[in-house]
Amino acid sequence: MTGINSMGRIDEHLEELKKNIPDCVLETGSYNDQDFAVVKADKILDICRFFKDRLGFDFLTDVCGAHFPEREYPFEIIFHLYSFKRNERVRLKIRLKDGDEAPSVSSVWRSADWNEREIFDMFGIRFSGHTDLRRILMPEEYNEFPLRKDFPVQGR
Amino acid sequence: MGPSHPSTHGVLRVVLQLDGETIVKATPYIGYLHRGMEKIAENKTYHQFIPYTDRFDYLAPLSNNVGYALAVEKLLGIDIPPRGQYLRVMICELSRIAAHLIFIGVMAADVGAATVFFLSFQQREYLYDIFEKLSGARFTNSYTRIGGVARDIPDGWIEMVRRFLSTFPRELDDYERLLTRNRIWMERTQNVGVITGEEAKNYGLTGPNLRGSGIEWDIRKAFPYSGYENFDFEIPAGTVGDCYDRYLVRMEEIRQSVRIVEQAIKNLPDGPVNAPEPKIFLPPKQGVLTKMEELIHHFILITESFDAPDGEIYSSIEAPKGELGFYIISTGGKSPYRLRIRSPSFNNLQALPRMLEGRLYSDAVATIASLDPVLGEVDR
Repeated sequence: MTGINSMGRIDEHLEELKKNIPDCVLETGSYNDQDFAVVKADKILDICRFFKDRLGFDFLTDVCGAHFPEREYPFEIIFHLYSFKRNERVRLKIRLKDGDEAPSVSSVWRSADWNEREIFDMFGIRFSGHTDLRRILMPEEYNEFPLRKDFPVQGR
Repeated sequence: MGPSHPSTHGVLRVVLQLDGETIVKATPYIGYLHRGMEKIAENKTYHQFIPYTDRFDYLAPLSNNVGYALAVEKLLGIDIPPRGQYLRVMICELSRIAAHLIFIGVMAADVGAATVFFLSFQQREYLYDIFEKLSGARFTNSYTRIGGVARDIPDGWIEMVRRFLSTFPRELDDYERLLTRNRIWMERTQNVGVITGEEAKNYGLTGPNLRGSGIEWDIRKAFPYSGYENFDFEIPAGTVGDCYDRYLVRMEEIRQSVRIVEQAIKNLPDGPVNAPEPKIFLPPKQGVLTKMEELIHHFILITESFDAPDGEIYSSIEAPKGELGFYIISTGGKSPYRLRIRSPSFNNLQALPRMLEGRLYSDAVATIASLDPVLGEVDR
């Protein structure tokens, strides 16, 4: 397969990470040369800070959510990090229960601000420590979360 | 300002708190388009979603198509033949020229120089003719397919592109003469809406807005796709990170795109444009009419589409506005379980308050225009 971005192998980063923040990696996986690591949700702020300050992942490409209603932890938040120096991408994930709050990483990368607002807007996941957690695409008075799987395509 | 303010090019509303003429606080409001693209993707087959991608950055639909197709191809693990790749490079670069022409025209019009607007739109019309001949549509082209492109180029198309390229650089020189050393243009854009390289990274800017702040980063070089590694081109970058730099970067990018298209025409390989994957890409029409096997593939693809494997991938391209990324979670089946679109304008627009606060109200219009946001992409 040529020509399309591949993620870096994250094993060596995870070794570094485990030395500094023990027991934070829950699971790792890989598909088509793209690795990911599921990490502890309550440690995500420290982990992101470590990835940025110590490992040089100075750019947050994207943060998004996903909903798996049948799972014990039905919500996933996925972080795509990038390092300009290493020219490498890394994917981290956290898993949450309905009603859990996730720590906001907008203090690490400013770009998480709107993305977290969007996740709140679409999935109803709240971010602790976010300075301005308002709906971003839907109206303020709206009470539904459209990207949850139980929300019908045609709307209610 | 807005939602109908001319500088917002769509449905962006920015609430400004002023102290005299100085902006104390700027709050952008988005979401007026109500599109729901990501939800729609979960309920369409992979092929059916292609026309929706036209509507993200509706000023460069062809490159959105390519970005989406590349992501699905990455998920499926298929590669397309060199001719198809070269065609994709050509349409991506022609789209970049078309999108940047809008930027130059609209930004100039916002700042008060209407002439450039008419000139650049005229050139865009020629590009639309080229797109129409290629895909049958002027605006929402949907030319790319998963596994290739809709059809090979028609007779006379290359000549059409050549004719355009032979006169277009002179037009660009005219825009430069009208703007680049123009005293009013410089006063209105230099040191306005400044954002440093570090801040730009922090805010997640990509594309010409990031490069305007001096960071020479381009996905075509960092993670080449579609054979971009075979092309010779340069990445322009600014120094100050103001509106003027962002304008200069885009002007130079247009010239580099012209270079790339010329190389693509010169080296365009022969051969098929589509991957030989009958279970993913429609078989040739002649085969469908004469062979049972191909008729079956055709029928199944049209009625049921194909099944993707379990897995998740992220793939992105250098769209005219910046990094256009697709993150697909597949749990098998004919539609993505989750399709996330990382659109450049969304992140670019986020930096607007940082660029506006503390500046004069009259600079707001030039700053918004210099970010070149497309709300179709912001609202997704």
